[in-house]
Amino acid sequence: MSATELAAVAHDATQVLPPKIEARQLNFYYGQIHALKDINLKFEDRSITALIGPSGCGKSTLLRVFNRMYALYPGHRATGDVRLDGESIFAPTVDVAGLRYRVGMVFQKPTPFPLTIFDNVAFGLRLAQRITRARAAERVEAALRDAAMWDEVKDKLTDDARSLSGGQQQRLCIARTIAVHPEIILFDEPTAALDPISTLRIEELLQSLRERYCIIMVTHNLQQAARVSNVTGFMYLGQLVEIGPTGEIFTAPKNRRTDDYVTGRFG
Amino acid sequence: MTRRRQIRKLGNAAALCLSLLATLIGLVCLGAILWTLVARGLSGLSLQLFTQMTPPPGGSGGLLNAIYGSVVMTILGICIGAPIGILAGTYLAEYGRDDRLSSVIRFVNDVLLSAPSIIVGLFVYEVLVVRMGHFSALAGAVALAIIAIPVTVRTTEDMVRLVPQGMKDASTALGAYPWRTITSVIYPAARSGIVTGLLLAVARVSGETAPLLFTALNNQFWSKDLNAPMANLPVVIFQFALSPYKDWQQLAWSGALLITLSILLLSVIARLIISALPGGKAQR
Repeated sequence: MSATELAAVAHDATQVLPPKIEARQLNFYYGQIHALKDINLKFEDRSITALIGPSGCGKSTLLRVFNRMYALYPGHRATGDVRLDGESIFAPTVDVAGLRYRVGMVFQKPTPFPLTIFDNVAFGLRLAQRITRARAAERVEAALRDAAMWDEVKDKLTDDARSLSGGQQQRLCIARTIAVHPEIILFDEPTAALDPISTLRIEELLQSLRERYCIIMVTHNLQQAARVSNVTGFMYLGQLVEIGPTGEIFTAPKNRRTDDYVTGRFG
Repeated sequence: MTRRRQIRKLGNAAALCLSLLATLIGLVCLGAILWTLVARGLSGLSLQLFTQMTPPPGGSGGLLNAIYGSVVMTILGICIGAPIGILAGTYLAEYGRDDRLSSVIRFVNDVLLSAPSIIVGLFVYEVLVVRMGHFSALAGAVALAIIAIPVTVRTTEDMVRLVPQGMKDASTALGAYPWRTITSVIYPAARSGIVTGLLLAVARVSGETAPLLFTALNNQFWSKDLNAPMANLPVVIFQFALSPYKDWQQLAWSGALLITLSILLLSVIARLIISALPGGKAQR
């Protein structure tokens, strides 16, 4: 096969490839409030999708449906379906902890646990299986290397994680999430609480993680969405207004509201 | 504009004065109590206090049996009360949160917290002492546990609630079930607060007299038997202070000083331990 043929096959393959995770007719309610309306959305593996939109449009809500974090709160309910590798995550047989093991999440504020740096990264590993200290050490090192902070912390693994700087704490949280080898990582405004330099480092990290994970990111920072993501979805008032390749959304959006938002005329 | 500013300045100064005054009143009272204790108790503080039993009137002796009894019953009481209190506080803060059962428990706990301790003593007297047919150290420990529980419930709930929701969410998002989040994340985060709560409970319990009067009673002699009456500092202080004998009164003063000093020492030690633990410094 020639190179062009190979490329064509590869291209076909990506076209045929089923979505990693998919929302079908998803509706979400906070008690009486209808927060998400008829969301239909597919996310591909090995790509970064950014969800943008004004505050209160439902981006974070949507993110919290994917790992069923909403189930912690009474009165929150979802209808419709979300399928991970074709299987519904709402099915009664689904083990929620197991789901969260496959769908990791990084929050806006760094949330180091009051444990050592090592134990923070090993936290998720120890939840799922019995693991020897040596094996845990390997996985912790690998995760910290992937999060590009091994050299910074390798000599102080037994220090309290809360002694790290804000940016380091956030990268530690990312390391903690990737240590369990999830399939999807949800980022909820991961740099909103960080300074520009820490933000830059997180963005570089996101780029390097793209090769292995399906990443879904909520951000208020439009430049960040443009810099980091391959696909961008614009949400407004609980609806998905438009989704497409990031370049298109930012330069030639089909919907006027998207255009108004990305050009800064509202929002 | 300047007039309003002056009024505000005056208001600020007044508030500052009043709060300073209030602080001063509290400190003076505390200082006066401590001073009286030290002045009266110090003269009786000697090695004899720790090596000899409580004496009969007119004889010389120490407080050894009472010290031992207080330590044993306080430890036992906390051992019974602390797990119940911590678990109940955890339930209120994490599992129950806003359901009806929790608000009922919270109300009952507040009632128990402010209930006169003599009622606790009477309750244990009815339930344990009467049925067993005699006073005992065990009954004393149970009474102390009942007093320690509401304090521990309250402080544990408050401290667990102080742990940021984001931290709990992060643990849940990693696939941890609630119990794992509680033991591995919440307890370490709230550790110094919970320990402080336990110390408060120890402090509260170790000075209690009324519940022991009805349960452990007193014992003039050395006894290690948990199933028999046991001497303890508060009851000894109570009896000796009311007695007409000078020697006994002196022992009561010394005992009171001893309790105060040991609680003080305990707090200091606990604070040192907390700050030495990993994470202790970052938190405080």
